[in-house]
Amino acid sequence: MPLNTEPILLNLGPHHPSTHGVFRLRLIMDGEIIEDAEPVMGYMHRGSEKLAEERTYTQIITLTDRLDWLSGMSNNLAYVRTVEKLSDVEVPERAQYIRVISVELMRIASHCMALGFLINDLGAFATPLMYMFREREKILDLLEMLCGARITFSYMRIGGISHDLPEEFLPALRDFVDQMPKHIDEYDELLTKNEIIQTRAKGQGLLSAQNAVDFGVTGPNLRASGVKWDLRKSDPYEVYDRFEFDIPVGDHGDNYDRYWVRLQEMRESLKIISQAMEQIPGGLTRANVPFFVHPPAGEAYSHIEAPKGHLGFYIVSDGTISPWRCKIRSPSFINLGALASMIIGSKLADVVVTFGSLDTILGEVDR
Amino acid sequence: MTTALQGNDAAQHISEAVPQSILSVEENLIFVSADAIVSICEFLKSDSRYAFDFLEAISAVDMIDHFQVVYHLLSLSLNQTLVLKIQLYGRDDLSLPSISGVWKAADFQEREIYDLNGITFVDHPNMKRILTWDGFDGHPLRKDFL
Repeated sequence: MPLNTEPILLNLGPHHPSTHGVFRLRLIMDGEIIEDAEPVMGYMHRGSEKLAEERTYTQIITLTDRLDWLSGMSNNLAYVRTVEKLSDVEVPERAQYIRVISVELMRIASHCMALGFLINDLGAFATPLMYMFREREKILDLLEMLCGARITFSYMRIGGISHDLPEEFLPALRDFVDQMPKHIDEYDELLTKNEIIQTRAKGQGLLSAQNAVDFGVTGPNLRASGVKWDLRKSDPYEVYDRFEFDIPVGDHGDNYDRYWVRLQEMRESLKIISQAMEQIPGGLTRANVPFFVHPPAGEAYSHIEAPKGHLGFYIVSDGTISPWRCKIRSPSFINLGALASMIIGSKLADVVVTFGSLDTILGEVDR
Repeated sequence: MTTALQGNDAAQHISEAVPQSILSVEENLIFVSADAIVSICEFLKSDSRYAFDFLEAISAVDMIDHFQVVYHLLSLSLNQTLVLKIQLYGRDDLSLPSISGVWKAADFQEREIYDLNGITFVDHPNMKRILTWDGFDGHPLRKDFL
């Protein structure tokens, strides 16, 4: 008697164990093989873009913290840069350096979490994650010195930053920059050659360079596919053109490359931070902007290289104290577009790993 | 540095390839006709002077008497950008040709615009809501919602 098999529909989520947020995948399965996949999102839709239309330009900074909650500083920066472009504000040099230091710290913290949860998804439950939490904790302590907050910073202001560096910040940062390479070596030793990671991540979740560009994938995910594109180099903003650093690029675009690129990027960020610490000039930390910023009527689009990819803001101003439209181009949302093509044909157990390797934060997807 | 292309030069090349598709030109942006958007995008993607291989963002703006749909294009190989704009008059039964056949990145973004602004994209493979749920009433980013 022939064995009849028919495809079944499997709902993965909406509660996903890897705490990236609330996300659901509808999978059509043939046995253990994925035949079709559809991401379902929106469980955390808070209407950030609509809320922005009813707040002043400065108040919106607090909304941006809550997009990608692992990298509040980068979100702040992407937003304030767009308003600065719209209202033609020149930011003092010292503020630009402090911005660069804080977003690079944020990048390290965000990559720590991306790697930690990826390893978690791979089955190394919590232990490697705790190593990475340990270093992230130090970064959050540093950022707390800057602004008093640990997750929702709202540190950037239109035209600069809210406070100058406190006295104890630079020595503490120096300690961190000295210690961190040892910790990254530790991750490297513990994980990079680990047999489980090699076998489970290599060759899985393939994303070709052409597909990555076509799907609009950006950030470490794009670079892991072999495309050397980083806005910090190709379109330097703030003072990034004054630093020497490399762009790590993968070859195959598999889960392992996405892991490897992030690990290397942490080292590059440390290079940037230590150069910035040497070069940082004195002076003002905020340009002279009115309390109620009201850019002239017009529009501006500006994007930065956030830890997850291109984070862009498109703001249309009607000349009042709140924007007419504030569109957020969030990297996680657009990176997710490629997920279905990456998991079709793979096994159910690898779906979780591929999803983890994309480093998606659902707060930013759903906005 | 990324160069923002001059609208005038690009508009001339586009109108040579796709006649009568340009409505007007501002500094770095081109107003194009809705019917021609797919051919324009195909031209801009394949022409070696433009090579816009990457769709950065599609945004929709409710201007009360009309909607603007804004396409931010980026070329990774030539490091340049261009902005295309479409104006859609009216508020009911708005529709546009989908460009998800040109860049796959358009898929989710067009669904988002349909969901939040209520503009339908014709020939889209999966035209349904993405951030709110099926059966949700209204389009939240319209100015008359709430």
